[in-house]
Amino acid sequence: MAFDSLTEKLQNVFKNLRSKGRLTEDDVKEALKEIKRALLAADVNFKVVKDFIKSVQERAIGQDVMNGLNPGQMVIKIVNEELINLMGSETTEIQLQPGKAITVIMMAGLQGAGKTTTTAKLAGKFKLKGKKPLLVACDVYRPAAIKQLQVNGEKQGVEVFSMGENHKPANIARAAIEHAQKNGNDLVILDTAGRLHIDEDMMAELEEIKEEVEVHQTILVIDAMTGQDAVNVAKEFNEKVGIDGVIVTKLDGDTRGGAALSVKAVTGKPILYVGMGEKLSDLEQFYPDRMASRILGM
Amino acid sequence: HGFSRIDDDFYEELEEVLIMGDLGVQATYDILDDLKAKVKEKHIKEPMECRELLIESIKEQMDIGETAYEFENHTSVVMVIGVNGVGKTTTIGKLAGKLRAEDKKVVIAAADTFRAAAGEQLKEWANRSQAELIGGQEGSDPASVVFDAVAAAKARHADVLMIDTAGRLHNKKNLMEELRKMNKIIDREFPEAYRETLVVLDATTGQNALQQAKEFNDVAEITGIVLTKMDGTAKGGIAVAIHAELGVPVKYIGVGETIDDLQKFDADDFVNALFERPKDDETSEEVSENK
Ligand SMILES: Nc1nc2c(ncn2[C@@H]2O[C@H](COP(=O)(O)OP(=O)(O)OP(=O)(O)O)[C@@H](O)[C@H]2O)c(=O)[nH]1
Ligand SMILES: Nc1nc2c(ncn2[C@@H]2O[C@H](COP(=O)(O)OP(=O)(O)OP(=O)(O)O)[C@@H](O)[C@H]2O)c(=O)[nH]1
Ligand SMILES: [K+]
Ligand SMILES: [Mg+2]
Ligand SMILES: [Mg+2]
Repeated sequence: MAFDSLTEKLQNVFKNLRSKGRLTEDDVKEALKEIKRALLAADVNFKVVKDFIKSVQERAIGQDVMNGLNPGQMVIKIVNEELINLMGSETTEIQLQPGKAITVIMMAGLQGAGKTTTTAKLAGKFKLKGKKPLLVACDVYRPAAIKQLQVNGEKQGVEVFSMGENHKPANIARAAIEHAQKNGNDLVILDTAGRLHIDEDMMAELEEIKEEVEVHQTILVIDAMTGQDAVNVAKEFNEKVGIDGVIVTKLDGDTRGGAALSVKAVTGKPILYVGMGEKLSDLEQFYPDRMASRILGM
Repeated sequence: HGFSRIDDDFYEELEEVLIMGDLGVQATYDILDDLKAKVKEKHIKEPMECRELLIESIKEQMDIGETAYEFENHTSVVMVIGVNGVGKTTTIGKLAGKLRAEDKKVVIAAADTFRAAAGEQLKEWANRSQAELIGGQEGSDPASVVFDAVAAAKARHADVLMIDTAGRLHNKKNLMEELRKMNKIIDREFPEAYRETLVVLDATTGQNALQQAKEFNDVAEITGIVLTKMDGTAKGGIAVAIHAELGVPVKYIGVGETIDDLQKFDADDFVNALFERPKDDETSEEVSENK
């Protein structure tokens, strides 16, 4: 690795100070500078980092930390706790409707984030739990989007509902739910087209789907490699469409994944799962503590 | 803005601009250190002057050189590579459209035999751009598709052969080796071809894009970058860090999902957007022409 780990760096900051016996406020600030840099290197949003450092600083200064035996470890502990707090302190599951009632999930996000793949992954997961999913091709724009969903649906052994490219997504969604009611599907997952958060018409299209059918869970799919823009994206999707949870994809790469923290910080919505590969079984539970360590580079 | 002197607050504002533009911490701190040294050396006192100095130096650095589009004038092979979902296939469709409009004979190879419906997607782009497609069966060996495509490009005297590859994360050893293998086949079967190897990066990506560029460069000697999704609010600043570190220029930007949404890279526009300034040629004209 080109960098020393944050742990090492902090140990160094504090080693120089140990001879003095106790920490000063400036010492803590010096350590927080390293932490700030580590978070920025992980692509956590600049403003989120600023707020975060402020709250850690408040906790670290004027506590036992400064007089403690191992102030380096104490500061790391505080940072870690605060980070896990921010990430959501426990793992969350997608809320399904009770009994045989149909649950409708709508996938949303930027182009290429991994919505279609994740739609099929979710279907597999819930099929194993005894659900009967119906995947719905609401992307009427991307070349071969429907075919992609059909191929993936077939691999998962779940049904795919499509009406071609000449209907409005809201109408497709409505027809799909009627289909589900007739055929005993108790989980309907709408795969929507990728769209930019600033594309008014395309954002309105998602609202229209929500007006036309009752969507129980709107899931924002976000690429783990996303940089500073993650907050803009998450904020706009949340404000314009309303999201209930987040799935972070492509965490099988070597990105530190600060986008996850940024999205959580601006929306307050839980991260539900993480995508860990291209295979349709590569969807895993999200663990806030693991994500915190990954982001800090520890 | 509105700083009256060059102080810590002023530099912090610049830091914010650069970090928020996704240049990454390392490049940001390097650039600011360099700027501070210049400010001292040149006895600069005005914040505006300092800011301009920064903007100009990034513009200069992002210059693409004179031979960037040389492949258009030769019989060439354009390999398009990158991580998942960045816009490789779409970029190929757009670039094919551009070359066809210049009356070039274009062959496209569908060497993504992995992703569901990748072939069908590319076929639609080949139709739109009126290029010829050499297909591959889902699950077949991409290297054999490349082999067939080279033969076809030669037989048909194509001007440009473009190869669409599957998205792959740069930390996957076997997938990166697969790329190396495809490259070797082109080296061996088509040594006379001019080579262009474009890494496609999503402008929304943060610092991981630097790692992507490095790893792809290791297996495939990249000659240029395509920065897609520049129609969003992300600035794609990591390209500055990549240019500084690898010397590989951005050659094209993607600005939408239609066939016309590919532009040649313009360093001035790029840096102006980074600093949220209007385009150079719009500032004065727009007022006077009142359009
Ligand atoms: N490595 C990896 N690749 C993934 C993951 N999830 C999705 N992908 C890949 O990312 C690319 C884009 O995935 P899609 O499912 O087509 O993304 P999308 O959001 O539906 O794209 P659009 O419909 O064009 O907006 C494909 O190559 C997928 O195989 C993941 O967790 N890890
Ligand atoms: N807004 C915008 N969307 C783009 C741009 N370029 C590509 N896209 C979209 O991004 C998504 C992914 O594009 P693809 O061309 O399939 O990406 P890819 O790199 O070939 O993906 P894989 O083969 O799955 O790795 C599609 O929805 C495209 O329409 C662009 O410049 N702007
Ligand atoms: K942009
Ligand atoms: Mg899709
Ligand atoms: Mg592709």
